[in-house]
Amino acid sequence: MTGSAQADLARSRRHLVVDGIGIAASAAAFGFVYGFAAVGAGLSPVEAAAMSLIVFAGASQFAALGYLAGGLAWPAIILLTALLNARHLLYSAALAPWLRDVPTPRRAVMAHVLTDEAFALSIAHFTRLRRTDERGYWIAAVGVTFIPWNVAALAGVFIGREIPNPERFGLDIVFPAAMVGLAAGLITGRREIVAAIVGAGLGVVVGLLVSPSVGIVGGGLLGPLAGLAVPRAAGADLEPAP
Amino acid sequence: MSAGFVLLALLMGVVTYPSRALPLLAPGIERLPRPVLDYLRLVGPAVLAAIGAVNVLVQGPGGRRGFHLGIEAVAVVVCLVLTLWRRNLLPGLVAAVAIVALARAAGLG
Repeated sequence: MTGSAQADLARSRRHLVVDGIGIAASAAAFGFVYGFAAVGAGLSPVEAAAMSLIVFAGASQFAALGYLAGGLAWPAIILLTALLNARHLLYSAALAPWLRDVPTPRRAVMAHVLTDEAFALSIAHFTRLRRTDERGYWIAAVGVTFIPWNVAALAGVFIGREIPNPERFGLDIVFPAAMVGLAAGLITGRREIVAAIVGAGLGVVVGLLVSPSVGIVGGGLLGPLAGLAVPRAAGADLEPAP
Repeated sequence: MSAGFVLLALLMGVVTYPSRALPLLAPGIERLPRPVLDYLRLVGPAVLAAIGAVNVLVQGPGGRRGFHLGIEAVAVVVCLVLTLWRRNLLPGLVAAVAIVALARAAGLG
């Protein structure tokens, strides 16, 4: 690697870490609330931690606590979890071309820690670099998300009663604001702008008509088609494909 | 200490993992045609914008579903503008949190 490439890598990793600070704080805050809520829903510390480590998908973990509290049967909880987490297919498909040279066993582990946040941070990092950086993925997925979420969840199990709701301090805005900010970082031309606007608009409409999770998948699937309908800008062929 | 729900967690993990892993582990992903790669490159902006918009406009305070145009949308727009201006997410996040926290403290959120 040339000196210039190393400098670019170091700069982009710093950018990744700085972007990740707010996201890690948000993951920790809501992991903490999850741990506290899990105890309230009747889970033991082992069960709360197991769900956090094995499922590792915040929305479906919170939803599962609600389903359990509502007395929903396990098959229904499992089916709803699968539907709620179906959006990860999009993330995995979008990352696959970038990660094609990573050995399969490591890709299998990478998949387990693939979340909204890991996808957002790593795809922005790869796009900045115009190449893959496996360590960057681990920083985003494990350093920024997996560790803060799971450590905080365990803390929430044991000392959750002591701390007030993070929504009081506006921390619930970090997740959507970070997603929009990171989407803006991925915009390199008209196609991305159209894909983002159509994805957001369709997401809201379908989210209102059907459900928020279906809205996200619908926006993520159809937004890119609208982007592809926009003629490629002159010189866009110089952009490297992942 | 009870561990009965560990099995439920395992089953939830079993149905979640394939959506995370299948495309990543699928053979031949490196031979995808250019239009498919172009499509996949646009998935990032589209899905992240959809997540942000849905979280702010579809899910109101307390997770209630319905169109909601409140201080949270203002905070996200401020974050977006600051991120584009500073080329850095963190100042935008700090501003968004401050706006929402102050608004809620003032009884506006």
